[in-house]
Amino acid sequence: MKKLLAILLAALLVLSLAACGGKTETDPSADVSQSDVLPAPENATIRLSTTTSVNDSGLLPYLLPVFEAATGYKVEVQSAGTGAAIQKAIDGNADLILVHAKASEEEFIAGGYGVERLPFMYNFFVIVGPKDDPAGIADCEDAASAFAKIRESESKFISRGDESGTHKAELKIWGENAPDAANDNWYISAGQGMGACLTMASEEQAYCLTDKATFLSMEKELDLALLLEKGEDMKNTYSLIAVNPEKIDGLNVDGAKALIDWMLSDEASALIAKYGEEQYGVALFHLLEK
Amino acid sequence: MDALRQAFELLFPPDKELLQILGVTLRMSFFSTTLSCLIGLPLGALIGTRQFCGKAFLKKLIHTLMGLPPVVAGLIVYTLFTHYGPFGRLHLLFTVRVMVIAQCLLIIPVVTGLTASFLEKGAKPMIETAKGMGLSRGRVLFLCLSESRASLLSVVLGAFGRSIAEVGAVSIVGGNIQWKTRVMTTAIMLETNKGRFSFALALGIILLLLAFAVNVAASWVVKEDVRDD
Repeated sequence: MKKLLAILLAALLVLSLAACGGKTETDPSADVSQSDVLPAPENATIRLSTTTSVNDSGLLPYLLPVFEAATGYKVEVQSAGTGAAIQKAIDGNADLILVHAKASEEEFIAGGYGVERLPFMYNFFVIVGPKDDPAGIADCEDAASAFAKIRESESKFISRGDESGTHKAELKIWGENAPDAANDNWYISAGQGMGACLTMASEEQAYCLTDKATFLSMEKELDLALLLEKGEDMKNTYSLIAVNPEKIDGLNVDGAKALIDWMLSDEASALIAKYGEEQYGVALFHLLEK
Repeated sequence: MDALRQAFELLFPPDKELLQILGVTLRMSFFSTTLSCLIGLPLGALIGTRQFCGKAFLKKLIHTLMGLPPVVAGLIVYTLFTHYGPFGRLHLLFTVRVMVIAQCLLIIPVVTGLTASFLEKGAKPMIETAKGMGLSRGRVLFLCLSESRASLLSVVLGAFGRSIAEVGAVSIVGGNIQWKTRVMTTAIMLETNKGRFSFALALGIILLLLAFAVNVAASWVVKEDVRDD
């Protein structure tokens, strides 16, 4: 009896695995019917390596289906911190990148990995913190003076500490006054993603530099207030870079070009400018003047 | 290859931050393993050597909990210790202590379940002999545990292995805070997210070396112990 049961269980397991496999294999056929209208591109898969902020904020899930329906391409989005996003492209695992860390982007191009840096949109970093604002940063002119007040009062501050675009922007604002996580107890280097850091800031009633989109998407669960935005030093520019086919082989060059062309098109611009209004009442990303 | 070189460079001379992370890792794993064994071994021995009502159900429950995903254990402990949670007042979130608590939740079922099944198979003749000698129940339990210590060592080392390799629970409740709650696994995760893949792999190699050293030390201690008898 027991043996029978074991065999049945094993059979069930195999069947369920087969079912899973079957599903993924039948999936493309659904896509084919969709792209029947259009001539399907020869190499239909585009690998986009990007940072968490554009993906987790919902921007890409909002834009890409429009692009996919219009062109028949299928975009595979890998989202990670800017450091990892760029490294994946260097390792030959992406056709293009969408990131926000100017220095690293220029390094990427100087290394011959990228074709051209195309800045196309921006948003603002914001400083969030405890609702009673113990360091009194709400009236500050810009992020640098707010950081100085936080440092002076030794109020708790959560840093991403993961070499992401946000972390690099934070370090740039600190400049030479960057705290030392080893000795300054109030400065907490979390080494985690934006969401995890905001949760931690809420728990510890600490200040945190974040992109506005992630904060708004989590605001309900957080015991934090948006204290400072739109300082000149808080601008956050996003760029598209196609990976250089002369340096990396096996790239989908046509696909990368098609996606970049579309992202810079008027159609995409109109969509980007509108994004966030419906859900949060404010636009989350702004277009750079062409 | 690059990873091996980097691992070597981190160890000779030892990197200051690496030592601190290794220290936190060992401290956490030591307490997780010790506490889990203090609770799990006697509990497992009780279940393995006694007959009682509801035993079959209890065993199924434990076997289910043995498969508890670390992330879920982390979430449960997080919910308990969050600021507005039932134990929020203790201010334990993002400390090594709460990491140990989350790991115990993961490891106690493993230790209990494995101990019970070990003793169920091997202890029957032992118990009958002990009972024949007229020993008390507590003594019988102790005798069973001490006589099967060679096989129970693998349970303890398994518990240690689960603790030192675990990342899901400790990153949620510990927060991966530099100089405070960062352990080897969360450091590896961080380096991977940074895109420093070969450095992350170097840390992985060092973690394996550490686990190997602990295993060698443990089996040496037990061998010595057996020889003394």
